[in-house]
Amino acid sequence: MSIRTPLARVRGLGTAKDGTHHWWVQRVTSIALVPLILWFVLSMLVYSRADYETLRHWLGNPINAGLLVTLLVTAFYHAKLGMQVIYEDYVQPEWLKYTLLLVTQFVLFLLGAISTVAVLKVALG
Amino acid sequence: MPQFNLPPNSVIGKGKTYYAGAGAKNIKRFQVYRWDPDSGENPRMDTYEVDLAACGPMILDALLKIKNELDPTLTFRRSCREGVCGSCAMNIDGTNTLACTKAIDEVSGEVKIYPLPHMAVVKDLVPDLTHFYAQYASIKPWLQSITPPPERERLQSKEDRAKLDGLYECILCACCSTSCPSYWWNSERYLGPSALLQAYRWIVDSRDEFTGERLDDLEDPFRLYRCHTIMNCTKTCPKGLNPAKAIAEIKKLMIERR
Repeated sequence: MSIRTPLARVRGLGTAKDGTHHWWVQRVTSIALVPLILWFVLSMLVYSRADYETLRHWLGNPINAGLLVTLLVTAFYHAKLGMQVIYEDYVQPEWLKYTLLLVTQFVLFLLGAISTVAVLKVALG
Repeated sequence: MPQFNLPPNSVIGKGKTYYAGAGAKNIKRFQVYRWDPDSGENPRMDTYEVDLAACGPMILDALLKIKNELDPTLTFRRSCREGVCGSCAMNIDGTNTLACTKAIDEVSGEVKIYPLPHMAVVKDLVPDLTHFYAQYASIKPWLQSITPPPERERLQSKEDRAKLDGLYECILCACCSTSCPSYWWNSERYLGPSALLQAYRWIVDSRDEFTGERLDDLEDPFRLYRCHTIMNCTKTCPKGLNPAKAIAEIKKLMIERR
């Protein structure tokens, strides 16, 4: 039992003056992912039996390459925002929370970078 | 990590059974959470047999009958017995609600009664609501204005007054906040549905001149944005209010003012 007043504990360190941006971007990316994933799944169904050359030609189209890069960046960014909320909700020890946040952010950024470069390599190669 | 298992000293054991006695016509069994801080023992579930033929229709009637006739040590809060004071909020048959407005015949089989979930227990069915009330105080639940008070009442159009419907009826029983998983894990920093509904009640009040400051006070990843639209609050509210919608309206205003 703390001898601080209950109100002092509720007011704590005050507001972070932030939070809306995170919440809004998470919504925007989730909405963007709906058409992007639909487009991707439909495209893959159409090209499911195509050979490498056909698919390379398909990805050579700037619209397809652009859409795919947008899908990848949006998905990894959305994942980063979502994982952050999950860690903040459920991981209590501060050191573990920040370690998980840093590792996750780094891994997701790396995956985003690798997959974007991969798409560009095929599209431009 | 949030604690999903009860600590050893909170594990619930088997308690005593109190029988209704001969001559009882219509027996209903009530299992009630019991914990006495002075005993040093773990909590237990006591079972009480209540003769419904000689009992009022509500859960609170049964609890009062138990306290009066079977076991005077049973502790719970109650006052108005008609759903306006919010004192007798507890977890009945798996749902947070008011014992005074929950009918016994709504529950099939044995009636299980626990205190409000994930709160420190003072004794038996009495939770410690100190932090909950401090959160309410923190949103400054009173009208604030810069304009000096007028000679007569502060005017409000009928339309603006109607915006307070569904908000002013909140009785602060804490059913919603204690049903919210986000509040369970992060109540130190998350204000919870009850305080946020009350915050919105003043944000949307046309007579209040501190709308911006009130929104400023909620601009925080924890105070407001721990709400993940789980909607337990709205499902459980014994007054039929919609705290989830009030929180969504606050979020909309946060976007609108950017």
